[in-house]
Amino acid sequence: MRHSYTQHIAVMRTALHRIFHPPLAGVLNILVIGIALSLPAGMYVLLQNAHGLVDELSGTPQISVFLSLDAKSDDIDRLRKQFAQNPAIETVDFVSRDAALQHLKQSTGLEDVIGGLDKNPLPDAFIVHPKAKSAATLDELRSTLAATAKVDQAQLDSAWAYKLEALLRFANFAVLILASLLSVALIAITFNTIRLQILTQRDEIEVAKLIGASDSFIRRPFLYFGALQGLMGGSAAYLIITVSLLILNGPLSTLSQLYASQFTLHALSWGDSLALLLFSLYLGWLGAWLSVARHLSQIEPR
Amino acid sequence: MISFNQVRKRYPGGYEALSNVSFEIASGEMVFLTGHSGAGKSTLLKLVAGIERPNSGSVLVNNQNVGVLKPSALPFLRRNLGIIFQDHKLLFDRNVFDNVMLPLQICGYDHRESAKRVRAALDKVGLLKREKANPIALSGGEQQRLCIARAIVNRPSILLADEPTGNLDADYAQDIMEIFKSFHQVGVTLLISTHDAAVLQDNDKVRVLNLKQGVLQSASVAPL
Repeated sequence: MRHSYTQHIAVMRTALHRIFHPPLAGVLNILVIGIALSLPAGMYVLLQNAHGLVDELSGTPQISVFLSLDAKSDDIDRLRKQFAQNPAIETVDFVSRDAALQHLKQSTGLEDVIGGLDKNPLPDAFIVHPKAKSAATLDELRSTLAATAKVDQAQLDSAWAYKLEALLRFANFAVLILASLLSVALIAITFNTIRLQILTQRDEIEVAKLIGASDSFIRRPFLYFGALQGLMGGSAAYLIITVSLLILNGPLSTLSQLYASQFTLHALSWGDSLALLLFSLYLGWLGAWLSVARHLSQIEPR
Repeated sequence: MISFNQVRKRYPGGYEALSNVSFEIASGEMVFLTGHSGAGKSTLLKLVAGIERPNSGSVLVNNQNVGVLKPSALPFLRRNLGIIFQDHKLLFDRNVFDNVMLPLQICGYDHRESAKRVRAALDKVGLLKREKANPIALSGGEQQRLCIARAIVNRPSILLADEPTGNLDADYAQDIMEIFKSFHQVGVTLLISTHDAAVLQDNDKVRVLNLKQGVLQSASVAPL
């Protein structure tokens, strides 16, 4: 019978009533929490999207080895053998200069322009698929290949993607720091709101203590207050992020069509959404708990 | 039931509210505590409820030493006490019914059972028709009766009342004394402080503890 389910429901109702009393104050508090949370969470979503894009683009790193224009077919055979023996190389594809020209004609629709050329300006090329994926080994392999005889140039195709990835890792850290700071802010907001709540409920707390209320009974509505306010702030953050992404996806699809690709921003995943809500609930609860622990003992009946 | 042994209470600043007070109240007794204001009546009641602690001596309530009780045990002591405060300590943010409901909520009673008890308590003090009213709309006598209803709704074995008739005219005061007598008849232990000698004259044989500047003068069993 004690602390039964219905009692918790009743306490929760009281807490809800107090959050929205006066209504504007409650809404503003929730909005502040929502905006504070949506900043790091929204940046996290954008970063997740960028990560996905980078993974897609740099999934299979490859090195394009362009031969010098005077390379003969026995040079090509020699290089082919040499590459086959290199332990750092997984497979090699040969693209002859004629095939490359053909491909260029088909894929770009520049048939007229290319038809006007008097000779094929493209070199023969190897596309090397390395075994290693780390940026350092790839770069080492690239320089070795570039230094080989009859090789004009070796290009690491995904170099920019690796650089971008390093940049994203840096941005991840920045978001983490921002998230920590704003979490502290959320705790502080709740701390202060609960302090004001305790002051307005001073009479009730005093009377309740006089007629035998335990500390946990007095604490409970305030903890519910903090946790519910945090949860609603988290929901507000979720809405802000979801709506922002929907708005952003419009102009983004125009942009990606201009680049002849399909790219849309993915919203928060189920797991991330749940984590966001639980985290905001916990932070609100924590702020309330700290505030109650600090201020409740100061109210003793006289 | 309540026993004071050589109790001394000195407030910070050196004011000695009670000196060397010893007495015993048996279960089911109705005892009046008299004395001028400042004689230590309120302090004595606060010691019983654990609101204040004695500097020396012991205060036993239901065989528990209140003076050394842990703060976490105090709520359970107070649930056995009904306290009627001089300043009522009613909550004006809720109606009469919810004011009386509070002690039952604290103890975690089921809602339907509590509602029955609240109405019974309100009926007892004659406020059943005002259950929806805000306490601020009640007269002084009605507020006092509401405070009594809240004190008894939990069916405590001990009832403490601090100047329950303090600001009331004679008729109201008489009503309230009648209510107390009916509790006495069903075996509740009562400790009532008053400076109003008129209240006592109508009560046949009551025990009176008289305080004077913190010192217990007499423990008489006599009509005044």
